[in-house]
Amino acid sequence: MASRRTFLKVGAGASLALALGGGIYRATRASAPLQPFALDGEARAALGAIAPALLAGVVPGVGPAALATVIDDVHRTILALPLATQKDIQDLFGLLAMAPARRLLTGIAGPWRDASVEAVHTFLQDWRVSQFGMLRAGYAALHDLVLGAWYAAETSWDAIGYPGPPSVLAP
Amino acid sequence: MSTPIPDPVALGLARGWDVIDGATLDRDRVLEADVVIVGSGAGGGVTAEILALSGLKVVIVEEGALKSSRDFKMREAEAYAALYQESAGRKTRDRAINILQGRTVGGSTTINWTSSFRTPASTLAFWRDRYDLATYNDADLAPWFDLMEQRLGVADWQTPPNENNDLLRRGATRLGIPTGIIRRNVRGCWNLGYCGMGCPTNAKQSMLVTTIPSALAHGATLVTRARAERLVIDGDQVRHLVCTALGSDGVTPSGKTVTLRARHFVVAGGAINSPALLLRSNAPDPNYLLGRRTFLHPTLISAGLFAQRVDGYAGAPQSVYSDHFLQQAPVDGPVGFMLEAPPIHPMMLATTIAGFGPAHAETMREFAHIHGLLALLRDGFHPGSLGGSVTIKDGAPVLDYPIHASLWDGARRALLAMAEIQFAAGARSVQPAHEVAGPYTSWAQAKQGIAELEYRVHITRIISAHVMGGCMMAGDPERGVVDPDGRYHQLTNLSVHDGSIFPTSIGANPQLSIYAIVARMASKLAQSLTGKPAARPTAEA
Repeated sequence: MASRRTFLKVGAGASLALALGGGIYRATRASAPLQPFALDGEARAALGAIAPALLAGVVPGVGPAALATVIDDVHRTILALPLATQKDIQDLFGLLAMAPARRLLTGIAGPWRDASVEAVHTFLQDWRVSQFGMLRAGYAALHDLVLGAWYAAETSWDAIGYPGPPSVLAP
Repeated sequence: MSTPIPDPVALGLARGWDVIDGATLDRDRVLEADVVIVGSGAGGGVTAEILALSGLKVVIVEEGALKSSRDFKMREAEAYAALYQESAGRKTRDRAINILQGRTVGGSTTINWTSSFRTPASTLAFWRDRYDLATYNDADLAPWFDLMEQRLGVADWQTPPNENNDLLRRGATRLGIPTGIIRRNVRGCWNLGYCGMGCPTNAKQSMLVTTIPSALAHGATLVTRARAERLVIDGDQVRHLVCTALGSDGVTPSGKTVTLRARHFVVAGGAINSPALLLRSNAPDPNYLLGRRTFLHPTLISAGLFAQRVDGYAGAPQSVYSDHFLQQAPVDGPVGFMLEAPPIHPMMLATTIAGFGPAHAETMREFAHIHGLLALLRDGFHPGSLGGSVTIKDGAPVLDYPIHASLWDGARRALLAMAEIQFAAGARSVQPAHEVAGPYTSWAQAKQGIAELEYRVHITRIISAHVMGGCMMAGDPERGVVDPDGRYHQLTNLSVHDGSIFPTSIGANPQLSIYAIVARMASKLAQSLTGKPAARPTAEA
């Protein structure tokens, strides 16, 4: 039911939020030259809430230290992207960080630090198959950034039976 | 460094190759040459060697960094960011298609999976019929394929396929679908399976260890971490090229520029980047062709789960293929597809598998038992499918790639064919890369499920490791950006030598098509600039 409820909310409000929220967000940064991505405040809190939902079920689990590492790895991944792409991701996190847009687009009422894994799971599921391409693309970006960062890290390999690169060439 | 592998790049640098790292510039630079080449991949590398051996002074400019075997640690976390366009996450405008393209010295040849196919005869026939490209026939091109195959060690792969590839062979065989063994451009391959992260043993005969070292040994200059920003054009002549030096992060401009002057300019930045440079430069484009007809091989993915270990990360990544489904209809009929297997590494698999949370984690725990199949759709032949178009936004290229109904039809048939092969090979379950598909536990279930799936961007996962077109060639100046020799129709001293000249997709992995076709173009260019026959590259050069 939660999924259905959020979906309806997204359906009703998304066009407005995408048109206005994105516009307002961008207006606050208007005319700035392309800047490196910054992950601060509510944007960081959003990632801190979203990553555990994407990674639910991984072994050995995502404790605070592992979560901090994943967030840092995602941040580093973003900083290696072209500045124009960094700006697109900044826009996505900018929307997630704005309370009205967050409520409309994700159905999450309070601040990110209070969001339950279940609530985040529901919004990700809605975005994943949303009628709006921008939300589907936003989901895909979060999916690839977080799951990519987790499984790129050597610490995840034991649990999936990947022995790592052949050691024959290792120094 | 304790690795026992000799690094030809390190040796060359020690011998005094002329290499300028844009990230270390403390002032603007101006360089002069006979020929400036933009890009060091398949097109730029082949051109650089032939021109340098023919006695011409060449400057090669490359946006990526100079990395070599001592840097190739077989780790996804480092390799994608260091060696690929946009950290292997380049996307179409709507973010629906993920594009794998190289961004390093050697371009995509440094990170490709070594699959080597001559241009299919049906593709060449289509080009001759539709685009007035009479010299694109098997007989005229054969000597150029021979030449580049010798130069780059392209040969039949004698080692048995790894399980990931052999499952394609076994499953297809049980269904009466013929398969073949892929030829590879390797010498002394260790069969490790990490081609996509840069060959750590220098067995892969990429441009990084063949043509680029040869050109540098013959007096060429290589400028790295410098982005070709704009050709300055005056009438029907290119005057010079302005390059933006990048900082040590490889993405932020450092504020320094490199200006390159030459008699002739060769654009070989690869599809997407080559038309983007010409668009940024306001190159004459009277027929609005620049950036148009950019083609991917839109690629569908299917994951099969097997009882036995597949270990798709180990062994030559691609050794078995089937072109059966390219031959079931006329080339411009229902869209055909090539079947191949992809290497399977944790990060690439994790980002490709649909879903998240416990279901995704459960699939990942089967990592070693997962078999991958790819279907590469042959785009650009069906009358309804015109490929994508490149435009410029904030100076950066954007590829708009609408998926035509004929491609969705091909996608559905491809997912069906892959699932059937995987079940025939003994899969316990099959999961197409699609947000709401499967997993299916029988062919009957998959057949019904896949037929009923929703085919829509983002919902159906599409990737492409091949980008072609956007500066297409044609005999008729009104229909092509360049002529059949790669010369820009409206500019006297500009050529395009890369996959962007193809008027359609190739229908097979394109590297060998680029090598051979560009070798012919570069040889003609060398002859026209020197007045003498061009030098022939050999493996000993």
